[in-house]
Amino acid sequence: MGLTSKLGELGIVTVKLEDTVNWARTRAMWPMLFGLACCAIEMMSTQASVYDVSRFGMELMRPSPRQSDLMIVAGRVTRKMAPVLRQLYDQMPDPKWVLSMGDCASCGGVFNNYAIVQGVDEIVPVDVYIAGCPPRPEQLIHGIMTLHERVKQERLEDWV
Amino acid sequence: MNPVEALQAEFGDAIQAVEEFRGEITVTVDGARIVDVCQYCRDTEGLQYNFLSDVTGIDYLPQEPRFGVAYHLYSMYQNRSLRLKVLLPGDEPAVSTVTGVYPAANWFEREIFDLFGVTFTNHPDMRRILMPADWDGHPLRKDYPLGYETVQFSFNFDEVDKFKPYAKE
Amino acid sequence: MTDIQETTIWEGDIQQLKGLVSERALAGETMVLNMGPQHPSTHGVLRLMLELDGETIISCVPDVGYLHTGIEKNMESKRYEQSIVMTDRMDYLSPMNNNLVYCLAIEKIAGLDVPERAQVIRVMLAELTRINSHLVWLATHALDIGAMSVFLYCFRERERLLDIFEIVSGQRMMSTYFRPGGIWRDLPAEFFPAVRSFLEDFPRRIEDYERLLTENPIWLDRTQGIGFLSADDAIKLGCSGPVLRGSGVNWDIRKAIPYSGYEQYDFDVPLGVHGDVYDRYLIRMEELRQSLRIIEQALARLPEGPFRSNNRKYVPPPRSELGQSMEAVIHHFKLWTEGFSLPESEVYVRIESPRGELGCFLRSDGGNKPARVHFRTPSFVHLSALPAMAKGYLIADLVGIIGTIDIVLGDCDR
Ligand code: SF4
Repeated sequence: MGLTSKLGELGIVTVKLEDTVNWARTRAMWPMLFGLACCAIEMMSTQASVYDVSRFGMELMRPSPRQSDLMIVAGRVTRKMAPVLRQLYDQMPDPKWVLSMGDCASCGGVFNNYAIVQGVDEIVPVDVYIAGCPPRPEQLIHGIMTLHERVKQERLEDWV
Repeated sequence: MNPVEALQAEFGDAIQAVEEFRGEITVTVDGARIVDVCQYCRDTEGLQYNFLSDVTGIDYLPQEPRFGVAYHLYSMYQNRSLRLKVLLPGDEPAVSTVTGVYPAANWFEREIFDLFGVTFTNHPDMRRILMPADWDGHPLRKDYPLGYETVQFSFNFDEVDKFKPYAKE
Repeated sequence: MTDIQETTIWEGDIQQLKGLVSERALAGETMVLNMGPQHPSTHGVLRLMLELDGETIISCVPDVGYLHTGIEKNMESKRYEQSIVMTDRMDYLSPMNNNLVYCLAIEKIAGLDVPERAQVIRVMLAELTRINSHLVWLATHALDIGAMSVFLYCFRERERLLDIFEIVSGQRMMSTYFRPGGIWRDLPAEFFPAVRSFLEDFPRRIEDYERLLTENPIWLDRTQGIGFLSADDAIKLGCSGPVLRGSGVNWDIRKAIPYSGYEQYDFDVPLGVHGDVYDRYLIRMEELRQSLRIIEQALARLPEGPFRSNNRKYVPPPRSELGQSMEAVIHHFKLWTEGFSLPESEVYVRIESPRGELGCFLRSDGGNKPARVHFRTPSFVHLSALPAMAKGYLIADLVGIIGTIDIVLGDCDR
């Protein structure tokens, strides 16, 4: 992250504003506690003792969309759930990102039928897709890191 | 007490058929008498089918009568089970609800109404349960399409992509 | 920015709820509150309409279907063996039990034999799954009521179970390990040390959980005397499993209608006295211990022999036979292209899943695809009993009552 330091006597670090903001955003991303189906159980294991996603600044899961900036769509989205999901997305404050976890959320998975939305990108714009049914916690963490990389590339004017 | 003999003695013609397959007894009952039959099965000494395990719908298309509703009764006293079946016509299938006898039937019957379109008369709350309230059709009927969408592979990516909806900000 | 008002789901017209809530709500005397489908303690996407007088619940109207996946319809378009993968994804906390009930239904129609070794392995894995499921139940139930550390401990142990499942099937959660006529492959050698060390450690862990909760005054206050269900009501409402046994009814399908050789194992069925949330908690804790007992016995009596039936009409031959026998090649080709067909018939099979009676109604029309599959899922029935359990209690107790029936919405909506 283009960090240049001039370690003079005062120990001043100069850095681009954009980089700092993006860095701060990746270090404290608050995901929304939004479990839909089986993948949500793996999302829970990711937060629990063995995988401990709080190492990546995700200590808190916020049940309220108003307080969160990352939506992890963990599970299959049904046609009945779709409007709810969109409403939750609309309620999240900017900047916000969406991570589609699992085959079902990404493309419908094994359920190619009348009830399931074939990919949550029909409803909300998705930043990172994670394959797997369910993805292992490591895969979810990898997806989160990929998102971090992406956030670090963002320009400030994208969100104003 | 043998359930089949008891039912035949009590209801006569209303018992339309009796089948046995791998130890499971299926008794086909006239739809008009299903509540009485259930009541009898539950309250008669020696039968005591006190537990309703399951109610499910079946679509026998293209046969007529087209729909079947199967009730799986179980007796905790005798440790045995019984399947009652009602056959219903293809247009406007309707049968009386058994919620009065077995309250557990409530949601099962709503589910059958939702997925098969079989109406249960006198049901306390006949609404859709699984599908959205404004859904068209009854998905588990055989003439209802699966709703399959073409799978996007690399060779047909562009073709399918044209029709795929994407959400924008 | 999108206008939030545009996407309101329920306009709040109270008249829509006529007949479901009391007259007082329609007049505006009591409050109608919407809970879910996005709520941290509804275990997924359950939605409840609560009618409240102050903090007391007067009526409760569950709204399910937010996870209706169309599994039953989708299975009708797949061959018998192909559709096993769908059953895993129904009740995702106990996938092996779902596999089992579906395989048992197929075996019942086909009259297929299951070798002794496969039976014992099935029992062992079904019980491991039960422990797995109860651990998630305990974790979330305790988390809802406010005990964070139990959540972390339970998931630590659960990871070990998932590792065992990964050893046998290659997948952590969706194992799809059972097949009609037996299991997919024999147990690998790493399985045994993993299970033995788990069996050794786990009794101590159960004690840890119990030390944290069983006599904890906060836990007692929040679970005792709420969510009461009498034995009569429980039977009438179709409850099964720990919910039914919590009310003192001794009905466990493993004892009453044994399947997969459960009659050969020695275990107790814990029963409750009061029928409240605390009793159900105690029952599930005891079931953890009983499951361990069953696994120990199964390990001890695991016989040698084939792990899958030899009936080539239904079971494809092993890879090793393909090079030697023309007949095996024909069977292999036939079973993997067309699949097997079952005679026209209808069966209903029930097993004891961690949540209660899991039933599978299977109808075949003589073809190679099921004509109708229906799963009688315990969560669905228990949710329909929720209004009876929740009535008259405080809204804060509702979280405990939802937790105690151990619902899985995938199981409920299918
Ligand atoms: S991707 Fe697999 S694990 Fe995830 S919700 Fe879909 S079926 Fe369940």
